[in-house]
This record gives sequence, structure tokens and C-alpha cells, in this order.
Amino acid sequence: MNTLKDAKIGSTVNVKKIHATGALKRRIMDMGLTRGTPVYLRKLAPLGDPIEITVRGYELSIRKDDASLIEVEETED
Amino acid sequence: MEIKIALAGNPNCGKTTLFNNLTGSNQFVGNWPGVTVEKKEGRLKHNKDVKIIDLPGIYSLSPYTLEEVIARDFLIEEKPDVIINIIDGTNLERNLYLTTQLKELGIPIVAALNMSDILQKQNDVINIDELSRLYDMPVVEISALKNIGLDELQKTATAYAGKKAGKPVSFSPELEETLSKIEALLPATVPADKKRWYAIKLFERDEKVLEKIKLTPETSSKIDELIEAYEDRVDDDSESIVTDERYNAITSSINKVHKKDKTKKLSLSDKIDRVVTNRYLALPIFALVMFVVYFISVTTVGTWTTDFVNDGVFGDGFFLFGAGREHYEEALGEYDLASQEIEAFEEMQASENLTPDQLKSATAQLDVYSDEGELEEVIPVDYATYLQAQDVPEPEPSQFGTFVPGIPVIVQNFLESVDCAEWLQGLILDGIIGGVGAVLGFVPQMFVLFFLLAFLEGCGYMARVAFVMDRIFRKFGLSGKSFIPMLIGTGCGVPGIMASRTIENERDRRMTIITTTFIPCGAKLPIIALIAGALFGGAWWVAPSAYLIGAFSIVLSGIILKKTSMFSGEPAPFVMELPPYHLPPLKNLLSSMWERGYSFIKKAGTIILLATTLVWFLSNFGFEDGRFGMVDMQQSMLAVLGSAISFIFIPLGWGTWQGAVATLTGLIAKENVVGTFGVLFGGMSDVAENGWQVWQNMQAVFTPAAAFSFLTFNLLCAPCFAAIGAIKREMNSTKWTLFAVAYQCVFAYCVSLVIYQFGAWIYGDGSILGTVIAVAVLAIAAYLAFRPAKQYKPMKAGAELQ
Repeated sequence: MNTLKDAKIGSTVNVKKIHATGALKRRIMDMGLTRGTPVYLRKLAPLGDPIEITVRGYELSIRKDDASLIEVEETED
Repeated sequence: MEIKIALAGNPNCGKTTLFNNLTGSNQFVGNWPGVTVEKKEGRLKHNKDVKIIDLPGIYSLSPYTLEEVIARDFLIEEKPDVIINIIDGTNLERNLYLTTQLKELGIPIVAALNMSDILQKQNDVINIDELSRLYDMPVVEISALKNIGLDELQKTATAYAGKKAGKPVSFSPELEETLSKIEALLPATVPADKKRWYAIKLFERDEKVLEKIKLTPETSSKIDELIEAYEDRVDDDSESIVTDERYNAITSSINKVHKKDKTKKLSLSDKIDRVVTNRYLALPIFALVMFVVYFISVTTVGTWTTDFVNDGVFGDGFFLFGAGREHYEEALGEYDLASQEIEAFEEMQASENLTPDQLKSATAQLDVYSDEGELEEVIPVDYATYLQAQDVPEPEPSQFGTFVPGIPVIVQNFLESVDCAEWLQGLILDGIIGGVGAVLGFVPQMFVLFFLLAFLEGCGYMARVAFVMDRIFRKFGLSGKSFIPMLIGTGCGVPGIMASRTIENERDRRMTIITTTFIPCGAKLPIIALIAGALFGGAWWVAPSAYLIGAFSIVLSGIILKKTSMFSGEPAPFVMELPPYHLPPLKNLLSSMWERGYSFIKKAGTIILLATTLVWFLSNFGFEDGRFGMVDMQQSMLAVLGSAISFIFIPLGWGTWQGAVATLTGLIAKENVVGTFGVLFGGMSDVAENGWQVWQNMQAVFTPAAAFSFLTFNLLCAPCFAAIGAIKREMNSTKWTLFAVAYQCVFAYCVSLVIYQFGAWIYGDGSILGTVIAVAVLAIAAYLAFRPAKQYKPMKAGAELQ
């Protein structure tokens, strides 16, 4: 499974599925990470965690633990 | 007729600025009942009949975060006449997500499309008419920052109040069909305009709504069937289905509404962020920003203002603009020296019983000590010097410049002029005015700090602080933003605790409040100097070890508390927006600074004043010769109390009444411990900051291990009353305040016990029983720290892997 955690910094991927439940899943989706949404991996925090991503035109920070629950796929281009 | 407007919107969308501009100074800040979330209310500047309630900044109306629950409970139960939904035009998609949810409440909505000025700059065009048509709501373009469009917004909102709400955003035909089936099953008690909201919430299996709306088992199973059938078809859970549908609706509408400038340029914010969170520069920049905050709020401006209030306004007084102070202090120094010379000479006369003739040829010795207790200089005082010294006048401050006497001086003069009883003067001057001073003394420093914090929050850097520090702090159940309270806490715990306000998550905030005062603050430094000097020959390692113990206590407490039932449960998801950088309006900074500072005076002031006055009273009054009245501290009620409770501290190695009394007076202000020892061990009313005058006498009572245990206990136990007041203010709950203080005391007791019992072996007076107990305490702590966290797992393991 390709997850957001393993995606390369500087690449753009599409969200395929959120493998979380409850509050965490709702929060991730509330912030706009829904199926098919393109996500640009912007940078890694200086200490290696969390990750900064661009989604729906704004910046979001997400921990690697949580990012590992987001299944992604390569964009077609 | 009164109109009630609710202001709703995402965090960082300009809501605060809009609220401030709409209400001006007609606002009132409190807390939502029972929680630490701020509640702001106000009235329109131009129409006092219109009340505006500023809801917490939220992304959604989910049942999972405190802010969101507060907002939706308010919207459902208090039924505002109209909602102003402020939408950040530069971040349209995510902002509209909240709009789709607000639209279901059956309340009329006016959208305020903010940041129109920035959109223009970016060459982005939003089709207002189309947006208004698609979402069936009036849309007003505004710039809260530049005060554009606010008149129209107010007019539209008040005109629209109480009208019929527009149609909610519609979903896919399949979902609409299921929702209407659920609507038909709803009990008759649900009002028609709330039917859609409840149908969606039931579809989402929203527990908070299920609790409130009591369905019959029959209805409930029918609804369940509908939901399960739908979930099977789409292969997702119902809650996510709805979220997906909302974003789908937005995505399909957005292309018709929003024409983005296709030429991609790096915005200024992007450029700033490239540098500020750069891999190599982020940490140095962070350190620099923290240094500047600390330097301004603690070292320089903060200290100046605090000293001014403590020594000037609540002290002897101050020179206007400082003019003349230098000359006055010079004269005061001369006068002090002269008085000491006189004293030395007269002492010699008294002890050696010299005749007047002998006196004329005698020479006394005046020993001058440095602050560190070292003999600096021996001044010979002969008869001529003695006579000269007597001619040195006590300087009168008013002769050196415009001198404004301090409040205590003014009150004292008044009390003396009306022949007030001495004990009552003491109570008013030292007890009450001293107490008020204790409250207000912190305020200027706090204002400075709050201004800086408001700036860091407003400009967007605070979110980056969390981004940069998260990795370290989350291990201990703290937020990356906990760094700031702890840093400020090294100066003073009171503003440190107040700085925890910037942490959004309530659990992280509480944890930070409880642990912040473990870090030695400025007032604890004299205690460290006293113990280091008296029993460790001023060893260099005592002070660093105090900081190490503080840091260790934060880490250990974080790990232990994280696993207790009070703090466990689902960890707060750290999915945080990093808002664009921008310069916050000065008005927002000032109003944030004022609100926080004022709320400290109001909410924390009472408890600080009462507690300070009470301990002052106990330490100055008591029974002497069968009469109750003002006495020396040795005879005071506090001494009696100290003796009574001193047995508690026997296992810590210092079960003496002096130690107990000093710990109690330390609650007024930690540096009082030194002064109290000065009185109790040397009978001196005035000792140096490190108390070197009583070092000798202390060595007779304390062993080094006991002294270190005493130091540790006083560093970690309940902080001073001012800090306890700040804890009360920030926890907004008596229960949590008591828990915090009790936890700190118990934790301090355990650490001190372990330190003393093991330390005693080094100095050759260890006891078997004590060591056994200390080992047991260590074992319990280790168990608490290393036991598996129960509720944490299911959340991650519950990932639905297929």
C-alpha cells in the first residue's frame, strides 16, 4: 500500500482511501483530504516529522503516524 | 427588537478582525460554560439592539472537538436569528465546507466573503452572484482588515434576520433519497426546519445527536437498515460518505464561481515560509524568535515594568521619568554607610564600656560584606568619622527631582495621620496592599508577553512553532506550543501559565498548565543560591541540577499523566493548518493583550489577594503572654501551624518547623523562603538575596541531603499563590485547579523523598526503612510511566485494512 507517509517530498499524489476511524478519520476528511484529492508534499519539518502538504490550495501539517493511514496513488501525468 | 447574530467561520479567516471592527469596544469576553474556550459577545457599534456572538473558529460541525460541539450546541439550542458565515476568499474550498454544514441548520445565513483586497491583488475573480445563487444565500464582499463592505454586511444581516433560511446544498440523488426516508422516520418533536440537520446527523451516526434525540428501538433499527444498505453499496462508512458528498458538491460548484489566475507565482507568504521552516534555518530562527520574546518580555521591558510597579507604585515611590534617581541613590548610599559607621562605633562603646575620654581615641571596625557574603573591606571608624557620620542627613527624595510616593507610603501617611492602630496599619499596608501589589506586579510583564504572543499567533508563526517542535513535545503528551509557556516559565510561572492559552487542544493545555511551574522561575533562584551556599559551598552544579530536575519532572509527569484516565482516550489528531503569514492589525493585538491581562486581574486576582493576606496574617499574629496580637514570626500562628505539620516532612529529611514555615511563606512568593530563614535562623529582618548571614545556623539543622531535598520540594511543590491563581484562571475549574496543585505537591514529595533517602547514604546517615520506601516509590513511578497506554491503541489498530 502506498501511503502519504512514504510519498516523495516535492511530488503530487491523489488520496485513495483513509484507513483511520472515528475522530481522526473525520478530522482528516474535514480538512479536505477526501477521495481523489490531489496532495502536494511540500516539505518535512526540520526534525523529520510532521510533513507539510498543500491540499485544496492551503497548507496543512500532518504527522507521519497519521499520514501512514492515508493511502495514495500516483497522479497520472 | 433585539437581534442575535452568530459569527461563524474557520480559524484564521479574519473572524477576530471582523468581530473587533463590528463591535468596537462594545465587547465582553468570558468562557463558554464549564470549559476553557473563550466566548466573545458584543453589540454592533451603530446598533446596540444587535448582539453578536463570536463562535469559536471551526472547520466543521463534527461531534469530536470541543470547539465544534460548543458551536453547534449554540446554533441548535440558542437559535440565533441569523448567521454571518465569514469565508476566506483565498481559501474558498475548505471554507465552503463549513458553509455546507451551516446551511442545514435551518438558520438564515449571510456569507461575508473576506480578503477581497488580496483576491484582487492575486488577479483571482470570484463570481459573487453565482456563489450566491448556488448556495442560496446573500454574499457580501468585505475586507475585514481594510474595513471595506462592513456597512453593507451589517445591513444585509439585520435585514435577513429571522427570515426563511435558504435551501441547503444538495447531495447526490441516491443520498438525498435515503435522507428523505430518514426524515420521514423522525419523531414529530423535531421542528420542520431542523429535519434535514437531524436526518444527516442520524445518517452519520452522530453520537451526541443520538443521545439527545431518543428514538424508539423500532425507528432506530429502520434507520440502521437504511444506513447499512447505503454503506454496503458505496463501501465506506456513512460519516465519510457525507463528507465526500460535501466536498464533491463544492468541487463541482467551485469551477463556476472561482477563476484563478493560472500564472503561478510564489506569494510573499510562500517566500517567507521557505526561509522560516527551512530545514537548516528553522531551528536557528526558532531559537532567535524565542530569545527575542524572552528578552523583551522577561529580561528587559518585562522586568522594568514589573520593578516599576513593585518598587515604585507599590514600593517607596518613584522619580518621574527617572530624573534625579541617580543622585538620590548616591546620597542614599552615603547615608547607609554613615549609619553603619555610627552603629559600629556605638556597638564598640557598648561592649567595651568605654569612658567618653577613651572613646575619643578609640577606633571601631566596620566590616563591609559583598552580596556573596565575602568580607570586602574593613573600614576603621574613629571618633572624628563618627561625628562626621552623624552629620550626614537622610536624603529626602523630593529634593532630587519630582518624586511620586508609592501607594503604601501615601496610605501609611494617611493612616498615621488618623492615629490608626499599629496592627491595623500592618494588615492594610503589608497584608492587603501587599497582596494587591502581588497581583498587579505581574500585570505589566504579562501585557508585554501577551502582546508578543498575540503577534506570533496573528502573523502565523505560532502554528510553525508547533510544526517545528511537535516531534519532541508530543512524546510527553504536550503540544509543540508547550515550549513557549515553559520558556516564559523560567522567568516567571504566572505569565508562563497564561501563555498556555495559545494551545488549542484542551488536554495538551491542561497538561502544560500542570507542568509549567516545575521549571525553576526567577523567584526560585534565591532559594537555589541559599541552599547551594549554605550546604554545598556554592557548588556550581546545584543550579543546573535544579533545572534538570524541573525538565525531568515535566517529562516524567507528561508520560505518567498521559496514561491516566483523566488524560487518556483518543489522542487529538494533529492535523493542523499552517495559515499564510500576514501582518496582524495592531487593534487585534491590543485587544487580545488587554483581554488576557484583564482576565488575569479579574479571575486570578481574588484568590491571590485572599491567600496572600491570609498567610501574611498568620505569620504576623499569634498569642504572646496570653494575649492575641502582632508578634514576631517565631511566635506566630504560622509557626504553630508549621510545627504541627512539620512531621510530614520527616521522611524528606527536614521535619523542622523552620522548614515547614518557610515552605508556607514561599506560597506568597518563592523568594520569601530566604527571608523567612533569615528571621527563623538568624533573627534578622533583612538578609541578602542568598541569605549568607544564616548559612552557619542552617548547617546545624540541615544535612546536605536534607537541604537538597528541601530545595527540590520547594521547586516542584505548589507554586506561589499568583501562579495558583493563574492556574485557576486558565483551567476555569476548581476541580482541575485542586488536581493540579495536589499533583504538584505529591509529585514534589515523592521526588524529594527519593532524593533524600538515597542522598543520605552519600553523607553516611542513610536508613534501611527509608531506602525501602524510596525504592517502592521509584517502582510505582516506573510502573506508571511504562505501563501500556490502554485507550491509545484501538484508534490506530482500528484502521480498517481489507
